[in-house]
Amino acid sequence: MKEELFVSGRNIPNIDPYLNIWHWQIPIYLFLGGLAAGILFLAGVYTILGKEKEMQATVKWAPFIVPFALIIGLGMLFLDLKHKLYFWQLYTTIRLQSPMGWGAWVLMIMTPISIIWSASYLREVFPNWDWKFKFLCTFEAWVIKNRKLIAWPMAIYAVILGIYTGILLSAFNARPLWNTTILGPLFLVSGMSTGAATIILMSKNHEERKLISRLDLLFIAVELFFIVHMIMGFLAGSQVQIDAANLFLGGQFTVPFFVFVIILGLLFPAVLEILELIGFKMPIIIPAILVLLGGLIFRFIMVEAGQITRYLY
Amino acid sequence: MRYAMAIDTRKCVGCSDCVVACQTENDVPIGFCRDWVTETVDGTYPNVSIELRSERCNHCDNSPCVRCCPTGASHFEDGGIVLVTHNKCIGCGACIQSCPYEARYSHPDGYVDKCTFCIHRVRKGENPACVSVCPTKCMYFGDLDDPNSEIVNVLKNRKFKALSPEAGTKPNIFYLT
Ligand code: SF4
Ligand code: SF4
Repeated sequence: MKEELFVSGRNIPNIDPYLNIWHWQIPIYLFLGGLAAGILFLAGVYTILGKEKEMQATVKWAPFIVPFALIIGLGMLFLDLKHKLYFWQLYTTIRLQSPMGWGAWVLMIMTPISIIWSASYLREVFPNWDWKFKFLCTFEAWVIKNRKLIAWPMAIYAVILGIYTGILLSAFNARPLWNTTILGPLFLVSGMSTGAATIILMSKNHEERKLISRLDLLFIAVELFFIVHMIMGFLAGSQVQIDAANLFLGGQFTVPFFVFVIILGLLFPAVLEILELIGFKMPIIIPAILVLLGGLIFRFIMVEAGQITRYLY
Repeated sequence: MRYAMAIDTRKCVGCSDCVVACQTENDVPIGFCRDWVTETVDGTYPNVSIELRSERCNHCDNSPCVRCCPTGASHFEDGGIVLVTHNKCIGCGACIQSCPYEARYSHPDGYVDKCTFCIHRVRKGENPACVSVCPTKCMYFGDLDDPNSEIVNVLKNRKFKALSPEAGTKPNIFYLT
């Protein structure tokens, strides 16, 4: 039997007994980033494929959410900072090794792209919209003409943003639950899936909804595969990783993880979408909302659980 | 130059003088600490062994906290001392997540704080406060690159270990066992 205790009575807020330095802001930041990545990726891809007419919600309406999501996301990052007045220094330094720095910069590039993209569709929503300045009109005309050209970097950046949301966590070697490379792809597909769900909620076109929900099914399948893969990887790893996996396999996060993430967030919506595909009439809103909630809760659980995993010496 | 510390777990009595000395020397806010003492009990009575360790930032050679800092607030000083520049730190908490030893904390003023190896004393040629106050003289501070230093000598002649070397950070606090 081995027992360790603090003789000098250490009890630092948010560090002891368990690390809890990142609260609700970071999971929301990661969720919004993933959602934005999913929407922009699909919008970019369907623009490149020349499907603007058939996929109106994907290409035009859903991207309107993105600038708001990204700005709120950046706001969340800001709220998380404890030395807020010094925030600007994030943008006076480029440190390639720092995931936090990467995130701040990726969002800084992504937000203007998404604003330009949506602005170019503004006149389709408000036909009387007037840009007031001539150069804005010229710019708009240029963007409208070159949408395909913009769609490429947009889709690529969206993938970077999506993967980044996982890398922010996986770069921490000291937190065994996060320290797995699969987290990048896993958060990317999860983000794609929440993006697809948002599009489904906004689309009024039956064909489009069917296509996107079929895609969503694919994302869910890949996500489930990655989750199994992640847990198998942990179980084949060192003791700290086995302990990390056990948080979900009998430990304190087992119930929320399986009930809210696996069953309600992935399996149940997948079953509903399959039923819809084979011809049953389903209110497609239900799986979409479940996917969104599942994605959000998944990030909360990962951030919360990861912080209590550690090296015990 | 490569500063390091060797701490004799067989001499330490767990009095926590080092903790108080640090708090006084460095104006550590109440309720926080930059170093702490742990007691590890192994086995069941009557076959028990106890190890007492005074722990702090390991001033790692391969320090994840320096790598993950987005602003460069966490950085290396001469001799491998890891420091946080307070007015560069934005308080993002990344370095706190990255440290396998939970050696950092968020100061009530917002920036991140931790052991500095008392760099203000070291630069004057003095020992860190914890080392100089220890009543059992169980701590050795010095330069690993200097073959004549006390710390190199003691590490040559005694068995020692570092904490969680498997975390890969190359820690520079050694425990004589
Ligand atoms: S002990 Fe922690 S804070 Fe200190 S240098 Fe190593 S990783 Fe950084
Ligand atoms: S909390 Fe401060 S020192 Fe730590 S990584 Fe963020 S900016 Fe750097």
